[in-house]
Amino acid sequence: MEPILKVENLGKRYAKRNLVGMPQEFLALDSVSLTVSAGATLAIVGESGSGKSTLASCIACLETPTAGNLWFEGRNLAQATESDLRKIRPQIQLIFPDPASALSPRWTILDIVVEPLVLQGKLGRKQRATRAFSLLERVGLAADMAERPAAELSGGQRQRLAIARALTLDPKILILDEALSALDCSTQAQIANLLLELQSSLAMTFLFITHDLTMAAHLADEIAVMSHGRIVEQAPSAEILRNPRQDAARQLLAAVPRLPRAPLPTTPQ
Amino acid sequence: MASVLEIQNLHVSYFSREVRSRPVLSGVSFDLMPGEILGVLGESGSGKSTLAASVLRLLPPNGQIGSGAVLFEGKNLLQASSEELRQIRGARIALIFQEPSLALHPTIRVGEQVRRVLAAHQSSNKNVLYQRTHEVFNQLFPQDADRILRSYPHQLSGGQRQRVLIAQAIACNPALVIADEPTAALDPVTQMEVLRLFRTLRDKLGLAMIFITHNPALLSGVADRILILYAGQVVEWGPAETVLRSPKHPYTKALFESIPAISEESEKSRKSKLPVIPGNSSPSSLPLQGCSFEPRCTLRMDVCREFEPPLVKLGRTHIVSCFKYKE
Repeated sequence: MEPILKVENLGKRYAKRNLVGMPQEFLALDSVSLTVSAGATLAIVGESGSGKSTLASCIACLETPTAGNLWFEGRNLAQATESDLRKIRPQIQLIFPDPASALSPRWTILDIVVEPLVLQGKLGRKQRATRAFSLLERVGLAADMAERPAAELSGGQRQRLAIARALTLDPKILILDEALSALDCSTQAQIANLLLELQSSLAMTFLFITHDLTMAAHLADEIAVMSHGRIVEQAPSAEILRNPRQDAARQLLAAVPRLPRAPLPTTPQ
Repeated sequence: MASVLEIQNLHVSYFSREVRSRPVLSGVSFDLMPGEILGVLGESGSGKSTLAASVLRLLPPNGQIGSGAVLFEGKNLLQASSEELRQIRGARIALIFQEPSLALHPTIRVGEQVRRVLAAHQSSNKNVLYQRTHEVFNQLFPQDADRILRSYPHQLSGGQRQRVLIAQAIACNPALVIADEPTAALDPVTQMEVLRLFRTLRDKLGLAMIFITHNPALLSGVADRILILYAGQVVEWGPAETVLRSPKHPYTKALFESIPAISEESEKSRKSKLPVIPGNSSPSSLPLQGCSFEPRCTLRMDVCREFEPPLVKLGRTHIVSCFKYKE
């Protein structure tokens, strides 16, 4: 399949100061390369501080990489001008881990979904509302909730709303940064199903960033393992589970909490 | 053997302006043996954190314990004076919270923060306090206790901070530790280390523990018994292996099924729909009478809508609250 996104030797260096105020450099991304096929899901897994979220910010054009190339539909985003980026950003949407802090609690659900269209100056008032209602239906939020403030929603409903908002501008890539981690197990399953449904109906590309290898293995076609700012391994999900090559992948796999599946032999009690 | 903690028919409600009072825990009963790890499993809003707070009477001002008893080492904490409670909190019963970076003071060295817990409860002899602090740090950081002791929270990783909180918790040799989602902020590798640490501490110190979580997979290999809360009620309580491998309550079954399996056999099911529990457990969607899980239950019967399900004993220690198992 045609890659929709190609990351080549991407680097991100942050300047910081140490305890005594001396300037110091921190390499958050160290020559990261990966490709994502159109319509597929790539999971990026790794421990905290391995650079997953920095990579997400760079791909979403929220951070400028300090080295390397970022090819999206034949254009190099790492070299693009700010006015180009303004046109590209709507096509790559980001969903954040905590829907409670990502959405304004006092705004109504309708306002939240419509805002991206208002900012882009797209569609008339009526059409915007029509579009918003069809998106709410798509993510499984009842239309009669549209006038209620976001604060009244449960965690799962808020994440549905965040997804609806991300979809308003018809993005090509959806980056899900720990999008399920803050939810209960039963809600995680509901949102996971919603994502699968959206992917098959809209042929969207997902970047699924997580440290939950169980969910990554379930949702993704391919898994990339990050460690200390590098991608140490990228392979089809089954391959990583069966035969992890690098220590980072092996450690993560060994640490996955597992639910014992086989039922206990029934003993007379 | 006498239990460390016995909770009898505990009812807790919160008052709010709109609704007169909302039950958060209704009729929760269980007991905990010395050296036992009890996993309390429930989704958000099931009342699991309220349970932890009620044991130490640390409910927010609008929380009210309606009835019931919390017997700790034979003493009813619901009738204890505030001075008696002060001596128990942090010393005999310790709490560990989920966000270690919020629970530690940012500008006090972590060694000092553990020392202060000791000073609040034990001898004020400087040398004794100093020695005990070192002892606790040596136990949790065998490699570099001295360096960690002198560090500030921001110089430590998430896992190290969680260990400092554990150090605070075990400093006074408590009989019971209550950990509320202690690994939620940690990545899987660190999470695994902390879970192992809980087991080791239990084995070494004979602590009883209540481990509160929403993720059943975390309890496997950690908990001895598991208590499942749904909408403030105990729906299932039994030995961990039995509950995890052959859950009986329809809620427990459906919950476990909604978690994807991670194995090579899961290849066929990759990217397939997960079985979900329809609906949600928000207070507004709970039924006013009958079984609270009834609206979401695929096995519901007529009787479930009208009456509260009884507690049915399946084995010596396995209890389920469901009409399906009533003889």
